[in-house]
Amino acid sequence: MALIQCRDLSLAYDGRVVESGVSFSVPQGDYLCIVGENGSGKSTLMKALLGLIRPAGGSITFGEGLHQTEIGYLPQQTQIQRDFPASCFEVVLSGRLNRRKGRFFYHKADRDAARRTMDTLGIGDLARRCYHDLSGGQQQRVLLARALCATQKLLLLDEPVAGLDPVVTQELYALIRRLNDEGLTVIMVSHDMTAVAEDAKHVLHLAHKPLFYGNTFDYLHSGVGRRFTGRDGNALF
Amino acid sequence: MRFSDMFASPLLMQIVLRAMVVGVLVSLCCALLGVNLVLRRFSMIGDGLSHVGFGAIALAAVCGLSQWELEFTLPVVIVAAVLILRMSERSHTQGDAAIALLATGAVAVGSLLYNYSPQRNADICNSLFGSASVLTLTDKDLILSLVLSAVVLALFVLCYHKLFAITFDEVFARATGVHTQAYKTLLAILTAVTIVLGMKLMGAIMISGLVVFPAMSAMRLCKSFRGVVLCSGGLAVVCFVAGFFTACRLSWQTGPTVIAVHTLVFVLVSAGSALAASRLLRRKKV
Repeated sequence: MALIQCRDLSLAYDGRVVESGVSFSVPQGDYLCIVGENGSGKSTLMKALLGLIRPAGGSITFGEGLHQTEIGYLPQQTQIQRDFPASCFEVVLSGRLNRRKGRFFYHKADRDAARRTMDTLGIGDLARRCYHDLSGGQQQRVLLARALCATQKLLLLDEPVAGLDPVVTQELYALIRRLNDEGLTVIMVSHDMTAVAEDAKHVLHLAHKPLFYGNTFDYLHSGVGRRFTGRDGNALF
Repeated sequence: MRFSDMFASPLLMQIVLRAMVVGVLVSLCCALLGVNLVLRRFSMIGDGLSHVGFGAIALAAVCGLSQWELEFTLPVVIVAAVLILRMSERSHTQGDAAIALLATGAVAVGSLLYNYSPQRNADICNSLFGSASVLTLTDKDLILSLVLSAVVLALFVLCYHKLFAITFDEVFARATGVHTQAYKTLLAILTAVTIVLGMKLMGAIMISGLVVFPAMSAMRLCKSFRGVVLCSGGLAVVCFVAGFFTACRLSWQTGPTVIAVHTLVFVLVSAGSALAASRLLRRKKV
């Protein structure tokens, strides 16, 4: 049984079908990259996995005891407004919100877990700092810590390295790789094909319908993969 | 009235104390909700709602329901709050314009309705700027104000963490199973109740200042959400008490005096934080 199983999924945005015939499954411990050009429906698929929009057809099934509200989601930076007064600890702690059904306040266990997660990601010393005073890479680590607080099984990353410099980008990829090695399942939407080639175990290439779904090696040697990564003579870029 | 006169007669003191208790509670409610409203870019909602409230009070006065003013205004403004929330969600620009439409429409109809009231100008002035009505706070109004502001404060404290989550990152909150729509509606209703309670004391034009000023000042002083919320509440209480006694002493209107104190605090805090920032910058350069 896989963590997530999508069967013949079709998704609509503003009443317009943007994607159809999407089928894939994510086994435990997988590292799946979702690639495709802008407007190919990657974000819409993300929203459907998070339960923010309802599929127009087909089904998404969660297995292995995973509940839809227990996905660790790392949004794009643009979603969060600048100049919001919040300490990093407050941001990370809000990831524990899905564990306190019927309770109004956090327990000590929630605070401890948030603190532990921050230490694991090497941002323990930032706890009291204001979120918007941090660098892009630090902010992304804080949001990753929040995502980890919300999940034990599955991370969903939406273009996590957008706007980061190359060094910080490599550090973040290394961190995600480490988490994946430790058993966490990862689904990542990305434009960065080198990361796809190096880290991903499976690739889903979307262009309103799936152009490719399979393991990374096959993808890099397929027609669509060669064209998209620019390893083909007739590169798109 | 001299300052010492206020405490000279027990009756006068009781009236003054009553108005102050209600004022402090309403200021506190406004300031706490204000942090969420300002950060969600809903500052104009408070303003729009108070204008709708003005229309409703005029309607109540003309229908001879002045005694039941609060009971009449409350449901009208709550409905307006939920409507404004829905409209501002549907489309950003349309929502902004919708608040302006609703607000000016209500004020226009309200001021026309006052033509049928015996003391038109005094009534309009009172409901716009608050004033002598401070002293006409009845037992019923007092109890209703106390109960409702206690409810607003209790709900705010209980929902504090969820309100933080949906204000900071609504999509993440929804993804982790928070019923964001329900909490946003709750926020709108709490705002409506607070605005209606405060209008009588502060006046329709002044009340949105109580929502915006403390939050804006606090955001310049504190770096964490909890810090901003606590600081905003504290500033609101201090500024209200200072403004209220100044107004009593100088026989000024309460609403404008309190807001003037808030303005002064905001200017001082802004200047202070700008100075601190430039000093920090200079130290970094050296």
